[in-house]
Amino acid sequence: MSALFEYLVRLGDDSLILGHRLSEWCGHGPILEEDIAMTNIALDHVGQTTSLLKYAGEVEGKGRTEDDLAFLRFEREYRNVLLVEQANEDFGVTMMRQFLFDAYRKPLYEQLTKSSDVQLAAIAEKSLKETKYHLKHSAEWVIRLGDGTDESHERVQTALNNLWRYTDELFYTDQNDVELLANGVIFSSEELKKSWMEMVKTVLDRATLTIPNNGWQREGGRKGLHSEHLGYILAELQYMQRAYPGMEW
Amino acid sequence: MVTKERIWELMEEVFDPEVPVLTIVDLGVLREISEVDGTWMITITPTYSGCPAMKRIEDDIIEKLAEHGIHDVKVENVLSPAWTTDWLSEPGRRKLKEYGIAPPVDEIDKSVLFADQPIVPCPKCDSKNTKMISQFGSTACKAHYQCQDCQEPFDYFKCLK
Ligand SMILES: [Zn+2]
Repeated sequence: MSALFEYLVRLGDDSLILGHRLSEWCGHGPILEEDIAMTNIALDHVGQTTSLLKYAGEVEGKGRTEDDLAFLRFEREYRNVLLVEQANEDFGVTMMRQFLFDAYRKPLYEQLTKSSDVQLAAIAEKSLKETKYHLKHSAEWVIRLGDGTDESHERVQTALNNLWRYTDELFYTDQNDVELLANGVIFSSEELKKSWMEMVKTVLDRATLTIPNNGWQREGGRKGLHSEHLGYILAELQYMQRAYPGMEW
Repeated sequence: MVTKERIWELMEEVFDPEVPVLTIVDLGVLREISEVDGTWMITITPTYSGCPAMKRIEDDIIEKLAEHGIHDVKVENVLSPAWTTDWLSEPGRRKLKEYGIAPPVDEIDKSVLFADQPIVPCPKCDSKNTKMISQFGSTACKAHYQCQDCQEPFDYFKCLK
């Protein structure tokens, strides 16, 4: 299996699973505008998934389409980070999860616009424009809720405390990345983490929120080892294709 | 004899299914028309990654050309250079406003997190006293605004750069 295929699937699955999580808010948003916002962002993610997994299928060269990859793999073949599969809980948790992810995705796409792989650079260029809107949206909510009422402050602080343990994995790198790094397809995750931390500190500061003091971090998603949540997500995501193989509408 | 110019003309009759006053030429979604060994290659680019209108636009292009006896057609979707609202034509901007959608105004980069919202004039009364209700509107490409003078709620075709 090629390193580029694996990398594209990692990125594609982040978007796929986060897009699915956000779409669960459809019809349940706290206000109509946020219902629409979250589903719009979900749609952008599903669109980015299409670009990434379509290209992954081409790189793999076994004739798998983006739909085959999205709907017909088994749980251990999904490579998304654990952060994006965590439950929506309340709106504050969803926005905190989104912010921690957007703050990583934006500098990542900025890096990838310079990738030596032309198609990956094109996907990054396209997706970056959307991601700027996502980050602005989630950062503004983290600030509004953190610096809001006692209750909203406490809830997003708890969300931050619970989600923080999934943030190191955003910068996970392994043997798969070595060749890609050497060829200028991808770039240093240390640089990425620096940009991310800067953004996170600026926003959390404004939001009067505190980074939790525990060093314990979880990982596994990039290797296909997921939390219990993913099984439930896939049961819903894959239902139609499993029940009626090859169906279209 | 079918010419490239003729095909551009026909493309002026293919509309965006979500903003039906705009053609794909007005929108800047149509990037290129070329002929390779008797096949017409029509190159388009999506406004947003997940834009559900793209498939429909592809089908509409093929249908429009078929109506005029042109059957050897391939529609290609490219991502780079990425679509920007700068490609919206002048007639396109005018048509948007007449339709009740505020055309994009020059905005500073979204990466500037704490910047003020852009001033978007009301498409009905031209008042600059308007307020953003939500950055996300009825479709991916629009934000939701309200005029503080005439009270009109309206869509703003948001800037994408
Ligand atoms: Zn007005």
